[in-house]
Amino acid sequence: METSKVIHAIYTDDDVLMSAVKRVKAEKYHIDEIFTPFPVHGLDKAMGLAPTRLAITSFIYGSIGLVFSIWLMNFIMIEDWPQDIGGKPSFSYLENSPAFVPIMFELTVFFAAHLMVITFYLRSKLWPFKKAENPDLRTTDDHFLMEISIHNNQDELVNLLKETGAVEINIVEKEEAH
Amino acid sequence: MYTFSNKLKTFSVALIILGLIGVVYGFMTSHKSFEDVETMLAAEASHGGHAVEASDDLATTSDMTMDSASEGITVASHVNEHKEHVEHVQHQIANRPWSAIYVAAFFFFMIALGVLAFYAVQFASQAGWSPVLFRVMEGISAYVLPGGLIVLAIAVGSGIIGDYNLFIWMDPEVVANDKIIQNKESWLNIPWFAIRGLIFIAGWSLYAYFARKFSIAQDNADINDNRNFKKSFRIAAGFLVFYIYTESIMSWDWIMSVDPHWFSTLFGWYLFSGMFVSGITVIALVSIYLRSRGFLNFVNDSHIHDLAKFMFGMSIFWTYLWFSQFMLIWYSNIPEEVTYFVTRFQDYQLPFLGMVVLNFVFPLLLLMNSDYKRMSWFVVMTGVIVLAGHYIDIFVMIMPATVGDRWFIGIPEISAVLLFAGLFMLVIFTALTKAPLLAKGNPFIKESEHFHY
Repeated sequence: METSKVIHAIYTDDDVLMSAVKRVKAEKYHIDEIFTPFPVHGLDKAMGLAPTRLAITSFIYGSIGLVFSIWLMNFIMIEDWPQDIGGKPSFSYLENSPAFVPIMFELTVFFAAHLMVITFYLRSKLWPFKKAENPDLRTTDDHFLMEISIHNNQDELVNLLKETGAVEINIVEKEEAH
Repeated sequence: MYTFSNKLKTFSVALIILGLIGVVYGFMTSHKSFEDVETMLAAEASHGGHAVEASDDLATTSDMTMDSASEGITVASHVNEHKEHVEHVQHQIANRPWSAIYVAAFFFFMIALGVLAFYAVQFASQAGWSPVLFRVMEGISAYVLPGGLIVLAIAVGSGIIGDYNLFIWMDPEVVANDKIIQNKESWLNIPWFAIRGLIFIAGWSLYAYFARKFSIAQDNADINDNRNFKKSFRIAAGFLVFYIYTESIMSWDWIMSVDPHWFSTLFGWYLFSGMFVSGITVIALVSIYLRSRGFLNFVNDSHIHDLAKFMFGMSIFWTYLWFSQFMLIWYSNIPEEVTYFVTRFQDYQLPFLGMVVLNFVFPLLLLMNSDYKRMSWFVVMTGVIVLAGHYIDIFVMIMPATVGDRWFIGIPEISAVLLFAGLFMLVIFTALTKAPLLAKGNPFIKESEHFHY
């Protein structure tokens, strides 16, 4: 298995982290990963991450749920066995549609919410017995960690990161997953 | 300071004049004689317009001429029926210009009242994003007093100088033969109706007056002196309590009592959601207009985004209440309640269902995307659709009770909208010139100026 060296710069303040990210980006280094104990507002923008498309998937799932509910109620109540239940008009879907709206609404929300959550789990590779990936346990409590891979530029990188206010800089041998 | 451009002033005056001409024309052409209506119905019958009813009339008139002796009694009852039918249609035609100005007057008044309620909510919740828009809201709510008085004057006037053209419970002859209305007479009588209306308008405009006064006093006060802001906060909370009671009662009085045989418990909320969403839409439209003229440079895309989110959310809230009211009545189908929707479905199918598309489907699809909510032209486009939809909403509340199937959106309706649109613009833009457009004394103003979403 191939190994490579990465640098772990640890910060204790999110404002310092933000300015460090901007500095590192300005110096045209690629930031591999940042670990934080809580969401840092604006960090994704500073890192230049692409916006999420989760909302778009949710819209699609909701539309699927709506179509499914219409198909379901139409098949059961209108096509398969159109009984007269309390005088409600079961001649066509449209005539009886107000009674189906609560189901249409709930299934739309159900599909949109649950499928989006599952999409989120899949995309971010989260599941119950997944091995945690903390490079440093303190990043779940009160430390921020920036990971940058080293390509024969260890000294300049260490100097740069020290200037940005890192409280600790570690060089780590990392097994590459791929 | 905002200066009311001459162009816009001329435009709104032109709207008023144009609207006034059309409204006068509507009143002049609505007094049809009995014979006129009779020949009109006969002509409609031959064109197949109102085939069923009117062909009956034709049959009765020809019956009359052919054999009068043999079936004297039946003919007499036929004649009576025919006379009643023609008089009914005659009254509906006479009601049309009254209803047209009432719908338009109420629509613009409701926008101002919705803005006032939104303004009070912003104070009571100590919102940090909206203070830059406070002067715009104060300007729009300046229309509450004149607008409210006009609506009340039309309502009471239709009973005093008119021929009971809006509210049949004002007609003593109708009440004398109607047990149901007689039982409601202690509430539905003209003096008590007028006094209630005046109390509501007084309460709303007092809040509008003092909120504005404290807001301007806060501008001129010392930087550490927040007494006026605290007063605004307290009266906003008090006003909201007063508002939710009076708005509900106002909806029974001014809208629901056009159908005095019908009642619905969530009607007040339903009307509230409509006025809230149209009010927010007008705040967005006026802010975008003023910003495009360079008067609101401290308003950024995030403020527009927030207003658009409110438009989106409140449109859905309106639909929720519209559907809840409709579905509960449709589902149980109790004859005494369901007639309300039966007449709307039979005679008003396009506006009744079309407004759901305008007020729900369009805002839902157009304003769902976060990026679109930041684009001014997109918000303006959706806003125009939403306002048109809520005009039709009020139209469908009033018209079936007054003009029935004799409705049309023609000269009387359009000119009434033009008249009140002109008046509305004149009042709100004049009010906007009276104070600086930035409420600089508000303790949240810095946060609001830097608001970013």
